[in-house]
Amino acid sequence: MPKLTLEELAKIREQARKTTMLREGGEYRAKVTVHMGTCGIAAGARGVMNALLEEMDKRDVRDVLVANSGCAGLCSREPMATVELTGQAPVKYVDLNTDKMRKIFEQHVLGGKIVQEYALGIGSEKTDFTKE
Amino acid sequence: MAEKVKDKTFRIHLMVCAGTGCVSNHSFEIKEALEKEVKKHGMEDEVLVVSTGCNGFCERGPLLVVQPGNIFYQQLTVKDIPHLVEEHFLKGRPVSRLMYTPPREKRPIPVLNDIDFFKKQVLIALRNRGLIDPEKIEESIARDGYKAMAKALTEMTPAQIIKEVTLSGLRGRGGAGFPTGLKWEMVRGAKSTNGGGKFVICNGDEGDPGAFMDRSILEADPHAVIEGMVIGAKAVGGTEGVLYVRNEYPLAVKRLMVALDQARRLGLLGENILGSGFSFDIKVHRGAGAFVCGEETALIASIEGRLGEPRPRPPYPAQSGLHGQPTLINNVETWANVPVIVDRGAKWYSSIGTETSKGTKVFSVVGKINNTGLVEVPMGITLREIIYGIGGGIPGGKQFKAVQTGGPSGGCIPKEMIDLPIDYESLTKAGSMMGSGGMVIMDEDTCMVDIARYFLSFTQEESCGKCTPCREGTKIMLDILTRITEGRGTAQDLTLLEDMANAVKDSALCGLGKTAPNPVLTTLRYFRDEYETHIRDKKCPAHVCRQLNTYTIDPQACLEAGRGCDVCRRNCSSEAIRGEKNTVHSITQEKCIKCGVCFDVCQFHAVKVK
Repeated sequence: MPKLTLEELAKIREQARKTTMLREGGEYRAKVTVHMGTCGIAAGARGVMNALLEEMDKRDVRDVLVANSGCAGLCSREPMATVELTGQAPVKYVDLNTDKMRKIFEQHVLGGKIVQEYALGIGSEKTDFTKE
Repeated sequence: MAEKVKDKTFRIHLMVCAGTGCVSNHSFEIKEALEKEVKKHGMEDEVLVVSTGCNGFCERGPLLVVQPGNIFYQQLTVKDIPHLVEEHFLKGRPVSRLMYTPPREKRPIPVLNDIDFFKKQVLIALRNRGLIDPEKIEESIARDGYKAMAKALTEMTPAQIIKEVTLSGLRGRGGAGFPTGLKWEMVRGAKSTNGGGKFVICNGDEGDPGAFMDRSILEADPHAVIEGMVIGAKAVGGTEGVLYVRNEYPLAVKRLMVALDQARRLGLLGENILGSGFSFDIKVHRGAGAFVCGEETALIASIEGRLGEPRPRPPYPAQSGLHGQPTLINNVETWANVPVIVDRGAKWYSSIGTETSKGTKVFSVVGKINNTGLVEVPMGITLREIIYGIGGGIPGGKQFKAVQTGGPSGGCIPKEMIDLPIDYESLTKAGSMMGSGGMVIMDEDTCMVDIARYFLSFTQEESCGKCTPCREGTKIMLDILTRITEGRGTAQDLTLLEDMANAVKDSALCGLGKTAPNPVLTTLRYFRDEYETHIRDKKCPAHVCRQLNTYTIDPQACLEAGRGCDVCRRNCSSEAIRGEKNTVHSITQEKCIKCGVCFDVCQFHAVKVK
């Protein structure tokens, strides 16, 4: 018996790719940005971020890009997150907590259905004026 | 097996460059600081810190690449880390102050792929650089490591493997450019005697001053080399592998040992690899750092425990090599190319490069260049693209003068030939050679006679002394060159130098001797007027040969700009400078030993050199 079979090598590759995939710049199903300004962190953004990462771990989801950004400007409605399914307009969610984040992850990120009751609006501020 | 931590989802990977260049710039301390700060903010489950092999942009080290997004941070210090971690990784605000701004520009370029240095490179041998932790075999496997080996061992016959390598057009990356497939064919056809088996050797005895291609490959991706060697062994019927690496490369040696150990433990080396029935293992042989041991017969002698001296060929190692058995010996970079050829096919590989030189070549670009570092480029790229595109031009607004390719035994190519496409033939035609990929850029302040003298002093010192032409010839050439740079050259010296260079080139025993005259011959060919000025006028146009310089003090500049600052007089070791504070200074030529200290210390440019 060989120490390692072809199938086992393929399995190691599959498993390790889950980690290294982040470095490859490949296709992602969605990008979730948790806003982490001082206001966001004070309101509990860290917990929201952790809940999101936990959900991804639990369901073994690897094709979602998790990003953070500075204050989104609407400090009174923090914690906030922006969900952007690839090819679709970004949706901003406000007044989040860990349970809401989990629900958004399940229904919107994985299911493709916007969670209306937590959403602030669709679209984003203009940042690139050259594209007009 | 994969470690537990690997299963976790991290949102950020911090790829810290841990090649020798960055390590000597304290990148391990940077890594520790990153881990400490990440932990301080409770993000150790979100942010993964990885140490990688050489990223290539050594000039700007220590380096950090943030994934996803490929954000490139450079010239980091431990002091920068707390701010960086809090701003970027906690709050999501990238820190532009720590990003790369090209010379003469104002705006930083955040993303690695947008930087000219990286944009124009094609990575085959260095495919995993900066993307994996070289001490974790799983990360190599994730990037298709050992996939080609599995294919070669279980799906291909030796003849098929050799055919693929032959069709790819791969040639030896160690310097001579011998067709790799042909070499493999020869070893495959050779018979071992008394059941002694066949050997497969990796030549990692990189000895050129300023060259670090092989070291960087071994440090960044040791598995690529190991995988290549197993494929080669299967193709030629190899029974035992030896990886010869210099002991002066402690990091490369360490990572190789770790890699071999992990491959063995997983079962990618050893008995019945992947159930294919093929068994092979590799041991590391550490060399003591003699330049001549890069020559294959000297390297083999060194492994056998004998004096590292070359012997006449034939017989070639392919027929009678290590312990008298057929031996396949290839260079580190050649081996690193093999898995990609087997995986992606000869047709793909041969679509890159020129008619006679296929694929890519790794160069270490050093000297008077803005972006010192390690680059991998397609064959056929011009010197101009490397020097001005990737290299970012010459620092300090100076003029480009020449480039030395192929290490100490290569030649100097003048600026008129800057549009020369790089391949084996064009470089040889220009009087230089590909060599293993050293590239030393020189600017207008370089004296070509002094450069020839410098390289010859290296080869002369490294000459093993076995054959007369090299032992005596390099010594005589060095004496002549030294004489010329000290102002004692005569009109006959150039003829003698040229005759001697050609004689050594034609009659030396091994590659070291045959190529040692190259710097002399090319500088004579392209910069003869500089030699003549040294001999006839006793002047060095670049003011490098100090014995030929005359130092004087411009009285006006001394008094008006410097107010007779007296610094030169105080620093003069031979008391050749007259004057006192607030008065004009002057140099007594009879006492001056031409050390140049006054020129170096004068802040007012009052000391002139002619």
